[in-house]
Amino acid sequence: MVKRYISKFYMILMFIFLYAPIAVLAVYSFNSSKSRGAWGGFTLKWYVELFNDRDIKSALYYTILVALLSALISTIIGTISAIGIHNMKHKQKALILNINYLPILNPDIVTGIALMILYLSLNLKLGFLTMLLSHITFGIPYVILAVLPKLKQMNKHITEAALDLGATPLYALRKVLLPQIKPGIITGFLIAFTLSIDDFVISFFTTGSGVNNLSMVIYSMARRGIKPTINALSTLMLAVVLGLLLLINKRSSFDKKHVKKVGK
Amino acid sequence: MKRKFCLLIVLTLIFTTIFTGCKNSGDKAEIKVLNYGQYIDKTLLTEFEDKYNVKIIYDIYPAPEDMYTKVKAGGTDYDVIITGEYMIERMINEGMLAKLDYDNIPNFEFVDEKFKNQPYDSNNEYAVPYFWGTLGLLYNTKAVTEKVDSWDILWNEKYANRILMMDSQRDTMAVAFKKLGYSLNSTNEQELKEVKQLLLMQKPLVMAYVVDEALAMMIAEEADIALIWSSEAASAMGSNENLNYIIPKEGSNIWIDAMCVPATSSHKKEAELFINFMTSKESTLKNIDELWYSTVHTEAVKEVEEFLFDNPAFNPSDEDVKRTEMFRDLIDEIKVYNKLWTEVIAD
Amino acid sequence: MKNKAKLLTYPYIVWMGLFIILPVLLVFLYSITFNEINNIKTISFTINNYKMFFTPVYIQVTLRSIYLAALSTIICLALGYPIAMIIANSKMTSKSILLLLFILPMWMNMLLRTYAWMTILGNNGLINTLLANLGLPTLNLLYNNGAVILGMVYNFIPFMVLPIYTTLSKMDNSLIEVSEDLGANKVQTFIKVIFPLSLPGVISGIIMVFMPAVSSFVIPKLLGGGKDALIGTLIEKLFSLGDWNFGSAVSIVMMFIILLSMAVMNRFDVDKEGGAGLW
Repeated sequence: MVKRYISKFYMILMFIFLYAPIAVLAVYSFNSSKSRGAWGGFTLKWYVELFNDRDIKSALYYTILVALLSALISTIIGTISAIGIHNMKHKQKALILNINYLPILNPDIVTGIALMILYLSLNLKLGFLTMLLSHITFGIPYVILAVLPKLKQMNKHITEAALDLGATPLYALRKVLLPQIKPGIITGFLIAFTLSIDDFVISFFTTGSGVNNLSMVIYSMARRGIKPTINALSTLMLAVVLGLLLLINKRSSFDKKHVKKVGK
Repeated sequence: MKRKFCLLIVLTLIFTTIFTGCKNSGDKAEIKVLNYGQYIDKTLLTEFEDKYNVKIIYDIYPAPEDMYTKVKAGGTDYDVIITGEYMIERMINEGMLAKLDYDNIPNFEFVDEKFKNQPYDSNNEYAVPYFWGTLGLLYNTKAVTEKVDSWDILWNEKYANRILMMDSQRDTMAVAFKKLGYSLNSTNEQELKEVKQLLLMQKPLVMAYVVDEALAMMIAEEADIALIWSSEAASAMGSNENLNYIIPKEGSNIWIDAMCVPATSSHKKEAELFINFMTSKESTLKNIDELWYSTVHTEAVKEVEEFLFDNPAFNPSDEDVKRTEMFRDLIDEIKVYNKLWTEVIAD
Repeated sequence: MKNKAKLLTYPYIVWMGLFIILPVLLVFLYSITFNEINNIKTISFTINNYKMFFTPVYIQVTLRSIYLAALSTIICLALGYPIAMIIANSKMTSKSILLLLFILPMWMNMLLRTYAWMTILGNNGLINTLLANLGLPTLNLLYNNGAVILGMVYNFIPFMVLPIYTTLSKMDNSLIEVSEDLGANKVQTFIKVIFPLSLPGVISGIIMVFMPAVSSFVIPKLLGGGKDALIGTLIEKLFSLGDWNFGSAVSIVMMFIILLSMAVMNRFDVDKEGGAGLW
């Protein structure tokens, strides 16, 4: 019982740590002064302005589109590759993994400029596609790192047993392997999505023709002080996601109760 | 779990589509404009689009160096770029810009002679000035009660840990050059050595080397003195009345941001139309109202609001301006500056 | 099965060749040449870029970066492991919610979050205002290594928690039961059973935190005040100033150092898989 209180207390502390800056950010979305340095009174004008800003709208659209697509594609490629890597011999495995670490390790500006030169020498026009490709490139290594531990942990004989019992490899993959590594796949997706949303440097060098993401808009604002409209947008995004979470949570707990009753 | 995620994804997609709406594109001519972030009154873009039936694709960059890297690599097709004079000089030298046809830019006559034919573009063939400014000191009059008129105050131990310098090599080095009485474009080995020594001596007193944060830090009174561009200073003084801006007596840097057309532009005529539109009195006044940057426009300056006109950051005295010097593109010598600066911050 | 499954990696190997190896080779090429590479005929090679790196100033920068990144990684592990355990042990429905709540702050832009930290840590920031109101002496919280470590821990801790959580969740509970049946107490069960089973997750977490922390530049630049350059800020500076040759050399040296240390860790990992190992 005491242990439960301690862990609850610890979680609350951690959530305060995680959300303290977010709270500051949200409070400043209601600040009528334009500067982060001074409080000028309560206002909603930034929220109004937000809906009239065409650049922010299109940036938001591209940010979410690129994040979802790149996370999805990296998760698929990353999971498949992780299964392959897991079954490799040690030397090969070490080599592949080391190369896999490079995008994680390289500073963004190096990756960004190198990819830009690559696209240009391939005669690709900088834009949505090149940005998406870049995001997939830095997403996959993280997905592999998220999926591999789950594979290592798995009982090797389970898939073999399934195959021995006559399952086709595809069936074994779908019914035996994937359910086992599912937590890894989900966290891999989440990590790839998070990284894509936050990327600025690589996006800047690999995009063009009016395709901007939110990070680019925000970093380019830094010189003159970031407009509170961005804070308003972030607060709104946070509220939407939290609302969705609450909704899903309510629904699933409702479903459970419902199922239980019917079950009885 | 899977179902929940699908639901989440679908909902977000719906949310974004509703929020952003559909995009419509006609057969209008299109120009691509590249500018610093937050360096234009955005209603001007829409105004131009409606007035001339030309669509604008507007992109932004965080720093001139990043812009240069990208444009130089050849992956872009911008029609108008707005950037700093030393960068324009470099782009002219490397043949990256197109000569302007001034028949399409009649408003050029309103640009103050002071800003025409400057060394970066000596016959003014390539660029039309946009805004200008100086480098100086922003200080808090509550904390700094003595008379501030010299760079020396940045070496005063009284303000240890209350000084913000710039994480921008040329600007921070310019201070040291001027304090020593040298040109801020010097490549003299001995002079550079002295500059390095001076900057290393100052380092223990410096609170931080920043670029973008000085504005907010000074408004919040987190620091007492900051090396800053006049444009940021004007904006800071608007939010905190304890702040004051001066250009030290040893002299300082003057900068001009200008509009230019890359050699690769395929819509040069529309680009010049845009430059002309931005140089009109009405557009300039709108822009000043939003940005508080010092204007190059001889007519617009007469109609600037009084509080702004009297601000030394917006409108420095002629004597102050006389003591300023413009950055030149140093071509390969810049590597010496790079090395010196990285060694100062790495030490 | 094993041989066929290996084939699954091949598409990614092609991808890596194009999007990872080719760019790194380009960086390497820059590191051993002068100026820009415009024309194959005018390329001239040099090792000066590497020579320049191996001077006390830059070695100090490298060591400082590794030290700060390692310290941040250790703190992330110490703080993150319990979180992963708590999430993994919570009820099914709250599990996914907790997980999402944990990563949600990271969906707000990093620059905004870091600016928010500056508002909290500044001389007139929230913490110091609170201290002053309580009559306590104020602290210098911003623009030092402590602030950099705080920023790194804050930004990277989800990448430590997530992989550990995955290895802890759906863990074979029978092993834990067996251990308890055999008379092991909770601590012993943790040390002998749970922790070893989660080790692959811990290793993934360490890699996902340490590697980006070594080369990070936004956090040290904003929270550290740019006074003590780290290798990430140095490379960023060199590249944005247009000195790609020296910048590339610094990047290559950094890759080499980190991958070498990873190889050492990999060996440790291989031992683990052998079954016997340390425990």
